[in-house]
Amino acid sequence: MAGSKDSVARTLTVAFLVCLVCAVVVATAAVSLRPVQQKNQTLDRRVNILQAAGLYQPGMDVEAAFQTIDRKFVDLETGEYVDKPASYDQLKAAKDPEQSERLDPDDDIAGIKTQADVAEVFLARDDAGNLTRIILPVRGYGLWSTLYGFMALESDAKTIAGLGFYQHGETPGLGGEVDNPAWKALWEGKKIYDEDGDIAIQVIKGTVDSGTPNAENKVDGLAGATLTSKGVSHLVRFWVGAKGFGPYLERMQNGEAGDGSEAGETGGEA
Amino acid sequence: MAEKTKDLLFGPIFDNNPIALQILGICSALAVTSNLSTTVTMCIALTLVTAFSNFFVSTVRNVIPSSIRIIVQMTIIASLVIVVDQFLKAYAYSISKQLSVFVGLIITNCIVMGRAEAFAMKNAPIPSFMDGVGNGLGYSVLLLTLGFVRELFGAGSLFGIQVLPTTADGGWYATNGLLLLPPSAFFLIGFFIWAVRAWKPEQVEEDDFKMKPHSRVSDAF
Repeated sequence: MAGSKDSVARTLTVAFLVCLVCAVVVATAAVSLRPVQQKNQTLDRRVNILQAAGLYQPGMDVEAAFQTIDRKFVDLETGEYVDKPASYDQLKAAKDPEQSERLDPDDDIAGIKTQADVAEVFLARDDAGNLTRIILPVRGYGLWSTLYGFMALESDAKTIAGLGFYQHGETPGLGGEVDNPAWKALWEGKKIYDEDGDIAIQVIKGTVDSGTPNAENKVDGLAGATLTSKGVSHLVRFWVGAKGFGPYLERMQNGEAGDGSEAGETGGEA
Repeated sequence: MAEKTKDLLFGPIFDNNPIALQILGICSALAVTSNLSTTVTMCIALTLVTAFSNFFVSTVRNVIPSSIRIIVQMTIIASLVIVVDQFLKAYAYSISKQLSVFVGLIITNCIVMGRAEAFAMKNAPIPSFMDGVGNGLGYSVLLLTLGFVRELFGAGSLFGIQVLPTTADGGWYATNGLLLLPPSAFFLIGFFIWAVRAWKPEQVEEDDFKMKPHSRVSDAF
């Protein structure tokens, strides 16, 4: 018995059978649970979008709330709506040289290295069908990690309505305070541009005194997290700038992009 | 028999704790204990994997050729971990996102491998299963202690519910940021080991060598 147990044929048979059984178990679990997992991922993303737009309440019906949100695709260079399949993934496209552009280090203040040619935007409407929020996906480098989030703008495309991150690896308690609701609330109502129409939004060090000039362009820095604050400041400025959604926002401000209800009808899949 | 099952189940909690006495599985004890909800999930996941991997390894222990026994154990453990990971992604998505790679890293957790090799290869399936559950409980007791202390004093909350009003929200409790960082778990594990060994002095190891007192003091003068 002991001799045959260690024979080459026996070893190969046992190895093969163990692999076969394990492969079947793993494959069954992966395939049968995939629909539920995908539903979770979609739901998670939608919750993040709603949170950035300030439309989320705990326990709400996310599916129903999302009915009022349109997903659109924007050519970042021209700011025009384009058609893309619903499965389009902006982060994947940013890694594909065919669909992206390598950023010049001088322009790349957010530290994202490559920018997809086409980006997603989400347009939220009220019951009457009027545009209420423009929600833009944003990302950029903080201290340790890339922060991924959404920024919501008022329908004038000049005022920030909310900013939230759904993934980052900043220090808990310091840079991780970007998730603090009290800090996120500071972004509400901040103006992107100064009186001359230049991008002026920034995170400063310390707290903003409401009496200082251009207080409406400034957000308090996070205490003990200078570099994360700087990273957030840079990423916001990048995404509203020329290499980000600049051309699109300009069109929205001039009313040229339309409210998006007729162009590029691609449905609300997210 | 009943006495033996009880030993297998509860022995590893304090008498033979996998972390405090065997010093295994430290990595995940640092990484997932900054809040209690991830800690609890990790404890359940590890207990299930240890118990079932012990059970399956023990079931096939008599047919595994000794030349490939480690890789067969690894294959069984890895399959179980993937299944657990898939279930978490499907039914506890936000927690699985926070646990990220640490569920996958259960594969390399020394406790699972250690019990498969040290116990399951030599014992019948049912006692092996009990041994797996017991070691999972031992791991859980330590992790829950860490998670409790770290979340309560690091963030002033338990299971995400605010218990101590923090100064950031206008309360009186100034949070201790160190406790949210992984190194703090080293201190806490140290204190835990100290407490267990003060209570059960038989766990204190013999010194590897003893310093002799200076024998020739007079030479110095």
